[in-house]
Amino acid sequence: MQQPALFEYVLRIADDSLILGQRLGEWCGHGPILEEDIAMTNIALDLIGQSISLYDFAAELEGTGKNHDQLAYLRYENEYKNILLVEQPNGDFAMTILRQFFFDAFRLPFYEALMKSPVAQLAAVAAKSVKETRYHLKHTSEWVIRMGDGTDESHQRAQDAIDHLWRYTNELFYENEVDQTLQAEGKVPALSAIRTQWLSTVTNVLSEATLQIPTNDWKFDGGREGRHSEHMGYILSDLQYMQRAYPNMEW
Amino acid sequence: MVTAADIRSYLEEVSDPEIPVLTITDLGVVQQIYFQDQTWFVELTPTYSGCPAMQQIEADILVKLQEKGIANSKVKHILSPAWTTDWISEEGRQKLRLYGIAPPVNEPDKSALFSEPPRVACPKCNSEDTRMVSLFGSTACKAQYQCNQCLEPFDYFKCLK
Repeated sequence: MQQPALFEYVLRIADDSLILGQRLGEWCGHGPILEEDIAMTNIALDLIGQSISLYDFAAELEGTGKNHDQLAYLRYENEYKNILLVEQPNGDFAMTILRQFFFDAFRLPFYEALMKSPVAQLAAVAAKSVKETRYHLKHTSEWVIRMGDGTDESHQRAQDAIDHLWRYTNELFYENEVDQTLQAEGKVPALSAIRTQWLSTVTNVLSEATLQIPTNDWKFDGGREGRHSEHMGYILSDLQYMQRAYPNMEW
Repeated sequence: MVTAADIRSYLEEVSDPEIPVLTITDLGVVQQIYFQDQTWFVELTPTYSGCPAMQQIEADILVKLQEKGIANSKVKHILSPAWTTDWISEEGRQKLRLYGIAPPVNEPDKSALFSEPPRVACPKCNSEDTRMVSLFGSTACKAQYQCNQCLEPFDYFKCLK
């Protein structure tokens, strides 16, 4: 492979999108109200669509003639490079919305920065996806505020979700030699600048929602290195079932 | 020998499978059409990243060109520049309205939370006294609205910029 760092980087973005899309898809038919059921599956569809374009690009970089389905469905758990946040269980509606909010608040400035990448395929996916992400972030931000500044119960559930998920948010900004290589080549943005924008969005929305940012700075990572939480295997067994049971099947 | 303009006119007969009153040329998803290596290439821009209609549109294009006697054709998906609702033709907007879907209007800044939803005229009675029910609708490109005057629930083709 000619550009292993870029391949790994593209997989990360694709895997974050695919796994979160798969999680959101679990709400299909189970949403608290019909409109939210539809909203969550719409967001899932955008994320999975974004992952297809990225897997196509990753397959091209890998150069072994694979297609996007083979990358999405036929890798082992330690070959997925998504962060732990996106694989966490849906929990209640507050947990799902907070997980999505933390992610969207990262994705928007991330894609805005990635649009300037000299790697044409990355810039194109970012320019396309940024428009969709604006809708997602608006939707989740408004829900966080409604729940936080809503009833005692909705406030408590939202705060519980924040307290639980906070430990996974640091990994949004995890960097290793892949980032160092690509940043030195000027191909991808530094995540430290994105963190500032993320924290500003999170602080503003949580403060409007009368919710607290946890003071506990306990944090988890490992996803970017292929070390996942116990939930990942269950996701993959659902996700990969058809391709494993009926190899190379097509709809 | 057919020309790119002929091919484009054939594509005017291919409709969007989810909004069948719109052709793919009304939708503005067809970009360059060119002949290379004995093959006609049609460039297609996806509307939303995950729109399932795109695969169907690709298959429909190939069938249509076959029918017109063009044996070798390929569809090429291009992401850049990204599609925007500004590319929907004036005729397309009119067709949407007649079909009961409100076409996209210029929307306020999406970064403003709880901002007033865009003022969308009811496609049935034309009243602007309507309300947004949900930002997300039956397909990725639509939001759900209801008219306060005639009570008609309707889809709004939301602005993508």
